[in-house]
Amino acid sequence: MRLTMSMQGQLIALHTIARKETVRIIRIWLQTLVPPVITMTLYFIIFGNLIGSRIGEMAGFDYMQYMAPGLIMMSVITNSYGNVVSSFFSAKFQGHLQEMLVAPIHSYVIILGHVAGGIVRGLAVGTVVTVVALFFTDFKVQHPLIAISMLVLTAAVFSLGGMINAIFATKYDDVAIIPSFVLAPLTYLGGVFYTTALLPDFWASVSAFNPILYMVNGFRYGILGVSDVNIVTAYAMIMVFLVAAFATCYYLISQGIGIRE
Amino acid sequence: MKALSIHGLTKIYPNGVQALNGIDLDVEAGDFFALLGPNGAGKTTAIGIITSLVNKTGGTVRVFGHDIDSDLAAAKSCIGVVPQEINLNQWETVYNCVVNVAGFYGLPRKRAKQRAETCLRELQLWDRRDEASRNLSGGMKRRLMIARALVHEPKLLILDEPTAGVDIEIRRSMWDFLRHINEQGTTIILTTHYLEEAESLCRHVAIIDEGRIAEHARMSTVLRKLHQEVFVLSLVDELQPDMHINGFAYMAINDHEIEVEVASGQNLNQLFAALSDAGIAVSSMRNKTNRLEELFMRLVDRRDKERTKQLADPEICV
Repeated sequence: MRLTMSMQGQLIALHTIARKETVRIIRIWLQTLVPPVITMTLYFIIFGNLIGSRIGEMAGFDYMQYMAPGLIMMSVITNSYGNVVSSFFSAKFQGHLQEMLVAPIHSYVIILGHVAGGIVRGLAVGTVVTVVALFFTDFKVQHPLIAISMLVLTAAVFSLGGMINAIFATKYDDVAIIPSFVLAPLTYLGGVFYTTALLPDFWASVSAFNPILYMVNGFRYGILGVSDVNIVTAYAMIMVFLVAAFATCYYLISQGIGIRE
Repeated sequence: MKALSIHGLTKIYPNGVQALNGIDLDVEAGDFFALLGPNGAGKTTAIGIITSLVNKTGGTVRVFGHDIDSDLAAAKSCIGVVPQEINLNQWETVYNCVVNVAGFYGLPRKRAKQRAETCLRELQLWDRRDEASRNLSGGMKRRLMIARALVHEPKLLILDEPTAGVDIEIRRSMWDFLRHINEQGTTIILTTHYLEEAESLCRHVAIIDEGRIAEHARMSTVLRKLHQEVFVLSLVDELQPDMHINGFAYMAINDHEIEVEVASGQNLNQLFAALSDAGIAVSSMRNKTNRLEELFMRLVDRRDKERTKQLADPEICV
């Protein structure tokens, strides 16, 4: 059988990449699924149980309840980003990314396959952290579709972010720099632990430039029904980041920047 | 039908290094073709461009008629490539390494599994299919890369030094395998530093040097261009200082070995007749160098001499 790649062929390639990424997540579950559970359990114990009981209510919910959606979203962001940046950079570093580059796969298929892996990891970790959260507090999901769509869209945005990081990375240090110096500060300042109503006007305005604020609050609206930002604005902002990140990725992959000579 | 047609291919890297300087190359479908040259000559760059891993600066490349500028996907579908460096996913199993690549070429999973089994069996890796690729020996990794390259049944297989670091036994079995798939219709382009490998396997050869094609012809034609061969003879008796071999020049290596030049118009019968006339008994004989290697070295030497001459020329130096 001699092949040229039809749309069906591209779908098979997409399925293959997504499957390969999922198998990787399962194969190294001790690195991918367990650490977030331990970290988030500590957050719930220290910030929720010990400190939260002294803070009292926030936006009409006890602190543990208020914090839970933020922590779930934080784990989704960190893990979807981390999955793609490590997987894609590792493929580039070891050289087996060439398997995809010499095959007749369209650039968007390479991107979507890795994003699918990032979403799978984000949702898997998000689900586990939600189960952990339910040991410490209880909440009734107010808008399930909004909650799920927020998780998926956020995981997609940060998977694309991880891919851009991996494309430009030339050594393993480069893979750690963005999560440490950009992602972590933005996440901690993105309304995970507090409502922006507590901030002075100036810092509340500055927070409006933080994309994670929209994701955390959008998801919190889906779970608790409260948000610091308008839900339509949150969707619009996430879509802007999604389109911009995808366009950047597509340009980089199709031009071969960082991956071809 | 041409499996590969390259015209005016140039590559200038961002640092200004010109790796390819307008090369023209045609490879017929079904051929077993050797692309030779010293390190840094441009072989791997040329292969990188053909397989789309390197962006070209100029020129055209067609693979079975598909232009890589306008019909890249179709061109890629025709090619299987075995790179010089081992680039397997070291955490993946042998089986998955091959099945995944089949998926990248659009083979449905059931078919991908069948093809993976066939390729792994042909390359004697089926028994190791569940092991992580990092646990394989160097030779097995090379064979796995060949299996991976063949899983989508490419019409053109490009091998960039496939037997580097492989022991003689495995190298010979790989030669047999490559001959077998070539007989079945797969066009093969081979780069290698083992010139006896190219001489043994390939019907056509191109020698690339400093980004230019220095020689491009049938292997037999290229080898006929050699004016002489040098043989090393081991003598039964100690070499005598006044020894003369009528019609042949020789040079002593030690007390019991000499090098004899046999020109293109001479043959070994004449040499042995001359040895008998001189009363010289020979216990063994071997080629001093591989013939293709000799030609290769002459081309490179000629280039070096020309460069030295140019540098010495005051008009050029100014």
